[in-house]
Amino acid sequence: MEEKPRFLSLLDGISVILFLAAVLLVFFYAPLERSMGAVQKVFYFHVSTAWVGMLGFFVSALMGVMYILSREKIWDMIGFSSVEISFIFFLIAIISGSIWARPVWNTWWTWDPRLTTAAVVELIYGAYFLLRQAVDEPRQKARFSAVYAIFAFVSVPLTFVSIRMLRTIHPVVIGAGDPIGGGGFSMTGPMQVTFFFSLFTFSVLFVDVLWHRIRLEKLETMMNELRLASRN
Amino acid sequence: MIKVRNLRKRFGHKRVLSGLDFQVAKGEITALLGPNGSGKTTLLRILSSLSRPDGGEVYVGGYQLPQEADWVRERVGFVSHQPLLYGDLTAEENLWFYGRLYNVSDFRQRTASVLEMVDLQRRGADLVRTFSRGMVQRLALGRSLLHEPQILLFDEPHTGLDQDSVRMLNDVLLHMSEQGRIVLVTSHDLAQVANLASRFDVLSRGKIVASVKEEKIDLDRLLMFYREAVRRRGGERL
Amino acid sequence: MRNYLRTVITVVWKDIVGEARNKEILTSMLVFSLLVILIFNFALDLDVQAQESVTAGVLWVTFTFAGTLGVNRSMASEREGGCLDGLLLVPVDRSALYVGKALGNLLFLLVVEVIVLPIYSVLFNVNMLVPGFLLVVLLGSIGYIAVGTLLAAMSVQARTRDILLPILLFPLAIPILIPAVKASIGYLEGYPGPWIMTWLNVIIVYDLIFTAIAVILFEYVVEDWS
Repeated sequence: MEEKPRFLSLLDGISVILFLAAVLLVFFYAPLERSMGAVQKVFYFHVSTAWVGMLGFFVSALMGVMYILSREKIWDMIGFSSVEISFIFFLIAIISGSIWARPVWNTWWTWDPRLTTAAVVELIYGAYFLLRQAVDEPRQKARFSAVYAIFAFVSVPLTFVSIRMLRTIHPVVIGAGDPIGGGGFSMTGPMQVTFFFSLFTFSVLFVDVLWHRIRLEKLETMMNELRLASRN
Repeated sequence: MIKVRNLRKRFGHKRVLSGLDFQVAKGEITALLGPNGSGKTTLLRILSSLSRPDGGEVYVGGYQLPQEADWVRERVGFVSHQPLLYGDLTAEENLWFYGRLYNVSDFRQRTASVLEMVDLQRRGADLVRTFSRGMVQRLALGRSLLHEPQILLFDEPHTGLDQDSVRMLNDVLLHMSEQGRIVLVTSHDLAQVANLASRFDVLSRGKIVASVKEEKIDLDRLLMFYREAVRRRGGERL
Repeated sequence: MRNYLRTVITVVWKDIVGEARNKEILTSMLVFSLLVILIFNFALDLDVQAQESVTAGVLWVTFTFAGTLGVNRSMASEREGGCLDGLLLVPVDRSALYVGKALGNLLFLLVVEVIVLPIYSVLFNVNMLVPGFLLVVLLGSIGYIAVGTLLAAMSVQARTRDILLPILLFPLAIPILIPAVKASIGYLEGYPGPWIMTWLNVIIVYDLIFTAIAVILFEYVVEDWS
């Protein structure tokens, strides 16, 4: 197994720097929002982790297709690692959303579309882990995960649409009529910059963590094989 | 003709077949012997297209697996550890079901003649769940022959059969072989196959380790041959 | 094409004959459904007012649970006696096997629904025989069974067998459950057509997409069936 690639170490460094920069931007560059105050700043991380989480789930569905077509173990590894990281990112999104909601709507949780969809999505991918755990044979595990990941990702837009067609109190920041009325806000220039920078940061962070996770998985597989070989 | 070269198959980390070379010709009954866990069932499942090989070349009846699996399935009759029969259906219904699936042209008539061949013609309308082990095995045999396959793969078919059924099974197998079909039988019970087969291959720890061709082989000789082969490979004794 | 159809019909025939004989799947689905309705009756304290607003929800939860039961048993019966091996040995399209199983499962669920709905009508003095509502029941069942059949094929090969199926199925069924309940309410309470249509569209899209995906992916779930 190769040593940690230099590019990965570089990426680690870049991720840390980007993250620090993003924090600085959020707290010192982006202006204080008029109606919600400081807590609105959670938005930058909240949306970023949610979007990147969704990206990860898309990747896992893509990996599913790749695995079914080629049967190479690497696709399964990437897919599985991707789901793991996205699961956490999404969890961060839900929790940060909760933190944001408390002062603004005076409740920790609401059954509005986006949050509800997020909860359902977490359950779907939680089930993914249970599925993997319930299947022992590695190739069957990979195949089932691939099939399920495809189903899971395809269901997300439909789930969102269904839930959204019910009432909403979630702020519709992007593409809405009257944003303030629903607890939303429109983004000024510096806010937009901060937002997109945060998005970029979390994307880089995702790739960095994913890369580490895949390496970890490979090492673990190698270790298992060595262990079994020594036993024989 | 069955031709296998360098066949590899593993389940998880366990290598079950490790570079297996194997050939089966028609016109003779081939017995595949080996201790439990040697890979006999795995090999048969691969040959019948139920399992996919991890590597190597597998040709059954001239068709390559897994690419040409459907061609193979048309021509293979398989008897496994499990009966592959539905308990809630009658014997007839089971055979009709498979007959229809295999696109057997006159499946009702064929069902009737198959039932007669395995001496179950009087139990055709009875539910399979009421059958004894021996009867189930006989019906399973019939099921495998419905579509008149060219290649017969039987995994431990003698297990649980009484003497009459064993005789009937052997008669059928000999008849099939004489008709020029390929007949491959696995067994861990040498006594059963000593009288039946004319070619014996020993499978141990994932490879064919010995092979002998002899009609009506003496059981003691077979036993010695078998033990020697397994010992050489370092496997367990029967 | 003829072979495909023949396979599908033969598989459905086999499931019907087997079920007609011991009625195991149907009776357990039916009894379970009635029990669920009973429990809901007490848990939600359904007086006449409350009933109308929760009828659709109660019924769909009932069908969801019954559907899970049926789909699970149907696949499990293929596992007994190693029967799925038998099906896989035949030179037929795996997707035809899927369609056959799914149709059989759908039939069972529809039979249960056809029995449960009139009973519900009588028990709670509500008219369930509204044509639009029955359409929703049909369309909703189709999508649910389509996904459930494939997931059951997976769960039946796994270790935590019986509990795994609902865990996999329920979250994936939400995009059909919500519209089904909404559209049901729409028809039962006489909401305007266009409103109902928006929900119906989601159900139809779900049915089409997921049935297509399931038909394509089923063979990967049953290859190397162990």
